[in-house]
Amino acid sequence: MSPDPPPPPPPPPPPLLEIDDLRVEFATEDGVVHAVDGVSYRVERGKTLGIVGESGSGKSVGAGTILGLSRAANATISGRILFEGRDLVELPAEEMRHIRGNEISMIFQDPLSSLHPFYRVGRQLSEAIRVHRDVSKAAARTRVVELLELVGVPDPNRRVDEYPHEYSGGMRQRAMIAMALANEPRLLIADEPTTALDVTVQAQILALMERLQRELGMAIILITHDLGVVAEMADEIAVMYAGRIVEIAPTASLFAAPQHPYTWGLLKSIPSLEGEPGEELIPIPGRPPSLINRPSGCHFHPRCAYAQPSHAQIDPALLPVTGAPGHLVACLLGEQARRRDWAALKAGTVPVAAAAGSDEGPA
Amino acid sequence: MSPAAAPTEPLIEARDLVKHFPITRGIIIQRQVGAVQAVDGVSFEVRRGETLGIVGESGCGKSTTARLVTRLLDPTSGEVHFEGRDITKLRGGDLKALRREMQIIFQDPYSSLNPRKTIGSIVAEPLVIHGIHKDEADRRRRVQELMEIVGLNPEHYNRYAHEFSGGQRQRIGVARALALQPKLIIADEPVSALDVSIQAQIVNLLRRLQREFNLTLVLIAHDLSVIRQMCDRVIVMYLGKVVELAPNASLYGFPRHPYTGALLSAVPVADPASRRARPLLTGDVPSPANPPRACRFHTRCPKAQPICGEEEPRLEDKGNATLAACHFPLTREEADARLPAGLASRPAARG
Repeated sequence: MSPDPPPPPPPPPPPLLEIDDLRVEFATEDGVVHAVDGVSYRVERGKTLGIVGESGSGKSVGAGTILGLSRAANATISGRILFEGRDLVELPAEEMRHIRGNEISMIFQDPLSSLHPFYRVGRQLSEAIRVHRDVSKAAARTRVVELLELVGVPDPNRRVDEYPHEYSGGMRQRAMIAMALANEPRLLIADEPTTALDVTVQAQILALMERLQRELGMAIILITHDLGVVAEMADEIAVMYAGRIVEIAPTASLFAAPQHPYTWGLLKSIPSLEGEPGEELIPIPGRPPSLINRPSGCHFHPRCAYAQPSHAQIDPALLPVTGAPGHLVACLLGEQARRRDWAALKAGTVPVAAAAGSDEGPA
Repeated sequence: MSPAAAPTEPLIEARDLVKHFPITRGIIIQRQVGAVQAVDGVSFEVRRGETLGIVGESGCGKSTTARLVTRLLDPTSGEVHFEGRDITKLRGGDLKALRREMQIIFQDPYSSLNPRKTIGSIVAEPLVIHGIHKDEADRRRRVQELMEIVGLNPEHYNRYAHEFSGGQRQRIGVARALALQPKLIIADEPVSALDVSIQAQIVNLLRRLQREFNLTLVLIAHDLSVIRQMCDRVIVMYLGKVVELAPNASLYGFPRHPYTGALLSAVPVADPASRRARPLLTGDVPSPANPPRACRFHTRCPKAQPICGEEEPRLEDKGNATLAACHFPLTREEADARLPAGLASRPAARG
């Protein structure tokens, strides 16, 4: 008897989250704000995507839109947000509430303003459970104590009955994480989760998030301005500028061979703890553009030391980088030019335009 | 960085500074029920022409120390000497004259500039207050010169602060601090409110001013990378105490206090190749209203022994010109385990 032929491998499951050409615009008195402008990415189960950008890059609006947080009267949202195959853009508000805090959770930068000062921490956390689960108050409380213990709040049996002001900053962020994890979400969106914290506490919170991800198998979207944080946490990194992804790559590839001059700028404008003291920082001249009147062509060209006149007309597409799987960049420079320019910058040669000064006049 | 200053008399000397803020209960009849021990016995000197960094986490007393040194706050006890003179009790005209010598650059460029005033009048204000350049055209020339120095367009003299971005506002704050040509500038977290790409502009500006004007600068920051870039000597504070005071190279090459080691190991490094397993501190910084006994760090310290909770360690010489307040300072191996690969004495295998 011949053995049965092995069954064909099942088709790979769709990614946990797939965002396709997402656009979010807000109509305001001053004009239309193009907060998110054609963003696409995917997040696999159990993986971490880091989204890096400065204020006004659209990184927070984009992530909030996943949870329906930008559904305002003046907002126009288009594109697709496929979460396990369901399109969240089209989902009615009522169904969205079942997903929010249940299948997808979010933690915010400032834990003090995310917790209600009036109610005990335990009550706020059990509300997050009882909204989605039909459990008794006593059962919810037991679960809350468990959760506080899981995130490392000392003496959870006592602290569950305290108010947010009785918690320190790090404890509040732990409580927020506990609340976000209450229903074991498959995706956690963390928007600058450690920016308001001291550096030793930040290290604890990041270690906590890594441990919980391992134990619970959830995926994380980590939004931050800190390249150090994503270097330690993320599997893949997207760099956003003026509402778009300008570069996206596996973490090792992004740091080994960054392709976009904006990414270079971010890397060279932070002092390194390991670098030579007195090493010249190379700032990005100017400031992030208004999302109402964006520069023509490549949105970065007015601040780019390598821009050619034509870059003000041509809008670059996000294209794969040769020889670097999964690495995409939206830049009009040729690959050879980019390799040469980054090598020079890394060696400490200041590009001419950046050295020329940084005064850009008032808005 | 500025060249090492000649061993002359220090510009500023803080002697055993203490600042306790009372905690009171009651609305009409207030009684003191405790005190926030913001600064508790801090001594250091600032040498002419040097940049001294003060680093620590929130609540460590670094900003309070700056305000005590500049007499924006009066100490509970202790003394501040400026050019050899005790300034702790100065009042009236003498205090005003002292203010000319010391200026502060604040953290938040949004709340530290009056929105109803033009940039020109903000930068000119110190000159008006101290009666320098009384002639208006003269004053305007000086203000525009200052704007030029900090990289602002002098034509924007009549604009308002809200028209400027965070980085430019911080330049305005720097111009205002420079206006009186003070002998000392204290910069309290000058870049932490700014976007990443803008921070470098301000760090480079301060470094250029350091070089060009041979400034004496006290830089207060929580960011160890910025401190390393700019400072000759560094003070590390924890809960109102100085735990380590060392020249830049010693502090970043061989930290001795376990808290300094913890700070250095906690900094995320923007290089996945130097990802490292690191010893984490447990818990948060305790409240300065009720700090731990003896060594204030002993509740979080991985090396703590019973004596650390009983006897306060003195700030003493541990070699390499480093002063540290610790019964069990880090060994070479322990320091290397906490330093990022590029700073450790025997770089760990990378990749």
